[in-house]
Formats: sequence, structure tokens, C-alpha cells
Amino acid sequence: MSRAATEGFRWRKPPFIANPALRYGIWLAVAAYLAWAVSSIPIDPQRIVAGFPRAAQIFGGAIPPDFARWQLLLSGFLESIQIALIATAVGVVLSVPLAILSARNVVPVPVYVLGRATVITARSFHPVIVAIIFVKAVGFGALAGILTLIVYTIGFVSKLLAEAIEEIDWGQVEAMQAAGANYLKVLLYAVAPQVMPRQIGLALYQLDINLRASTVVGIVGAGGIGSTLMNAFGRYDYDFAFAILIAIISLVFATEIVSGRIRRGIS
Amino acid sequence: MLEIQDLVKRYGDGDPVLKGLHLSVAEKSVTAVIGSSGAGKSTLLRCINRLVEPTSGSIRLNGMELTTLRGRELRRARRRIGMVFQGFNLLERLTVMENVLAGRLGYVGFAPALLRRYPQEDVDRAYGLLQRVGLAKYVNTRADALSGGERQRVGVVRALMQEPEILLADEPTASLDPKTAEGIMHLMRDLSAELSLPVLINIHNVAQAKSYSERIVGLRHGRIIFDGEPGALDDEAFDRIYEGDEEAAAEALGEKPRGPAVSA
Repeated sequence: MSRAATEGFRWRKPPFIANPALRYGIWLAVAAYLAWAVSSIPIDPQRIVAGFPRAAQIFGGAIPPDFARWQLLLSGFLESIQIALIATAVGVVLSVPLAILSARNVVPVPVYVLGRATVITARSFHPVIVAIIFVKAVGFGALAGILTLIVYTIGFVSKLLAEAIEEIDWGQVEAMQAAGANYLKVLLYAVAPQVMPRQIGLALYQLDINLRASTVVGIVGAGGIGSTLMNAFGRYDYDFAFAILIAIISLVFATEIVSGRIRRGIS
Repeated sequence: MLEIQDLVKRYGDGDPVLKGLHLSVAEKSVTAVIGSSGAGKSTLLRCINRLVEPTSGSIRLNGMELTTLRGRELRRARRRIGMVFQGFNLLERLTVMENVLAGRLGYVGFAPALLRRYPQEDVDRAYGLLQRVGLAKYVNTRADALSGGERQRVGVVRALMQEPEILLADEPTASLDPKTAEGIMHLMRDLSAELSLPVLINIHNVAQAKSYSERIVGLRHGRIIFDGEPGALDDEAFDRIYEGDEEAAAEALGEKPRGPAVSA
């Protein structure tokens, strides 16, 4: 190639959206919406300023944290851990059949649609909203928390497990079919071993998530340390509340470290 | 005895892949099916055990019509047809013994399958066959830890565990190096004789087809255009099978496939 032929060639990265009218139109629309959103919500600087002393009051009352009622703290804590463990165990088991029903490659299309719809429903509400419903239904306490986190676990684990099932090596399924294995035995030999590492990883990850979530759902009355925390706030026991928060943060750190180690050990 | 009559397979609205095939395979023989890729070799084999649904025609195994079977009947018929795959299709994360015993899944119940409690006679047979192919020391090794040749031997043993009345092998050596491939072909020929088993092998290496089979079937565009003893496959017949597909022809002769010519 001669040098002359390459001269005058200018290159620019092609834009992500080719149509310039659309490209600038989107920017304009986003800017206009933000301007409207900011102007329409009353953001009162006065209220923010007034908030500082109140925050100072809360933190002033919170320091030093008060661990005197450690027994109450501990029992709330143990209940949270129980809620998380039971919900994870039950939820992970229940998520297996639902995952199969919502994996496109192993069930007929109508079943798949129904399965996916169930998973999406289980996922559509934040656990706090689900907890409010269960507290109304079965009353205050750990049971509501367990039911909430079971729903949460099913939604998360069955979706990701279904995706893992959809990605399996199909040759193994064909080999089992060719041997005359029926549907359940094909699932047992050709599908289960391929998704098992993923399922164990998901279960551990979900346990991690549930330990955190179990502290949150307690705030709306679903038992555990969250309920203890809410009571402390209600009685203006900011120093005890601060002690609880420190304990929750320690728990989250601990689970992060432990589950990380276990997952590394497995893979 | 396998008898195929007027077998047609069409995917969607396209041209049929198999256009009215007639083929019968007698007892205890190795039959090699050759032809360039797209000729319909794999579809033919998969129609026999119904991994692919035939569009029309008849396939009979020892008198039983296979094309109309459904559900349990179909699974019972599949037990009688062993299959060896190009990609081995082993249960990668399970042990060699589990892979081999999986060949019995059509016979054992769900609970024994789940708990891996197979009848002792199945375990004995599995161990015997693994010894026969030199893999007895690997019973508790995971399948994904074996070499290619070892994996395909597990694949063959698994198929034999079904106590099949016919063995189908779909390009069983295509993923292996030439020396290992010879070993697998040798093994299948010997087993065919030992177990009085008809074997139908899809293969693209014509040299291997000639040295390990008693009969060669040449497929082109979904039709059988050659059917005879290996000695009868002369250059003229070879050219008819691979006409217009020089790359496949070169590969079939065991020559290294040439890359596309690079123009400066």
C-alpha cells in the first residue's frame, strides 16, 4: 500500500444511536424531565437545615452505644439467624421444581410460561412489602419473617437456576434419552450434575442475602433483630439502637467473609 | 436385523435431508456410512433411535416398527439401541462407573438410580466391560478427568451396558487424534464380533471405514449412491460420493484439510 492512498482517511467511532435527531432528542427529553422533576418536588432547604440539629441529637444520644441489654440483643440476633437459615433451606428446596418448570429447554412452552410467570410474581415485590403482607396475614413474629424470606429465596434462586438449566450441555440429555431413561432419570443424571455447583453457590449467596434481609424485615414486625431495633427507636433508646446497628454490621461482615471463603472452596 | 424402508426426513419446509432411503443391516457386522457433511449421515442414525423424528417411512428392528412408538414403548425400544456420540456426551461431573451404569437407566427404577444402588449383576457387567477396555482402574474417576480416547471407550461401554441389539456410532472418532481413533475403531469391530452385534458407524475417514468395516454405504444429498464391500469402493465411486466437495474429499482420504488459500 502506498502512503498516499491512506491520507485523508479520517475515522470517528460510529455513534451508538445512528439517527442524530433521535440521539439529541433523547438527551433533550432526559434533561427536560429532570428539570420538571426537580421543580415539581418541594425541596425545601430550610427543612434540610433544620434536620441537622435533630440528627446531632440522635447521634448524641446514640454515643456511646449501650450494650447493657445484650441478652435482648442476642435473642433478637439468634432469631434473625434462625429466620434466615430456615427460610434459605426451605426456599432453596422449593426453588428446584419451580426452576425446572421455568426452564425453556426441559418443559413444554405452556408450562414454561406459567413457571416463568410464577417466578416473576415472586420477584416483583420487595421483601419489605411481602413482609407487611405476611405480618398482616399470620401476625407479628418470626413466622412472618420466614415466609417472607422463603418467597424472596424462591424468586431469586429459581430464576437463576432456571437460567443455569437452560445453558446445560444438551448432548448429555440426548445420551440419557438414547439409553431409554425417562424424564425424571434424565433430569437426575444429565441435568442435576451440570447445575449442582451453581445451585450450591446460589444457596450460599442467598443465605448471605437472607441474613441481611432478616434484619430488615423485622422492622415491619416480622421478628428478629429488626423488631428489637424498631422497638429501641420507638422508645428513643438511641444508644441501644446504635449497639444493635453495630451488631448488624458485624454480622454482615462476618457472613461476607465466611460465605466468600466457602464459595472459593467449592469452585 | 435393521430394515429401513423409504425413510424421509425433512426439517421445516426445506429440501428433505433424507430422500427415501432403503437400507437393511444384518446381524454381526460393521457397516460404515460415509459421505460429506450435510449428506444426512447423522440424521439417518438419529432417526433410528428417534432422537430425530422421521418424516415418513419405516424402520424395523428385529421385526419391531420403531417409527410409531411413543412414551414408554419408545423408551423400551431405545434400550435395545446403543449409541456412541462424536462428542462422547459423557456425564462429565459423574464418575466413570456412574457413566457406565447410566446405560442401565432404561432398566432400573427411579430410587435405585437416585441412590446409585444398581443390581449387583449390572455392577459386575460394568466392571467386566471396563476391564475389557482397560479402564477398570478409573471406576471412581470423574469422566472429565479422562483423555479423549478413554472417554470414548467409556461411551462405548455405556452403550453396551444397554445390552443393545444394534450399536449406532455417530462420528465416534472425529474428536480424536488418528492413533486413538484407530483404537476406538478396532475396539468396536472386536466388540461387534464378540457380542454378535450389528454396528452402524458414521465416519468421514474413508481409510478407516475401509479397514474396519465389512460394508460401506455412501450417502450423497440424502440418497444412498453406493452400497458394497470396502473393496468395491473404487476411485470412481469415491468421486461420486464426494463430487464437488474437495475439502471433504481431502479430509475423507485422511489428508490434512487445507485452509482457504490466502491471496497476497
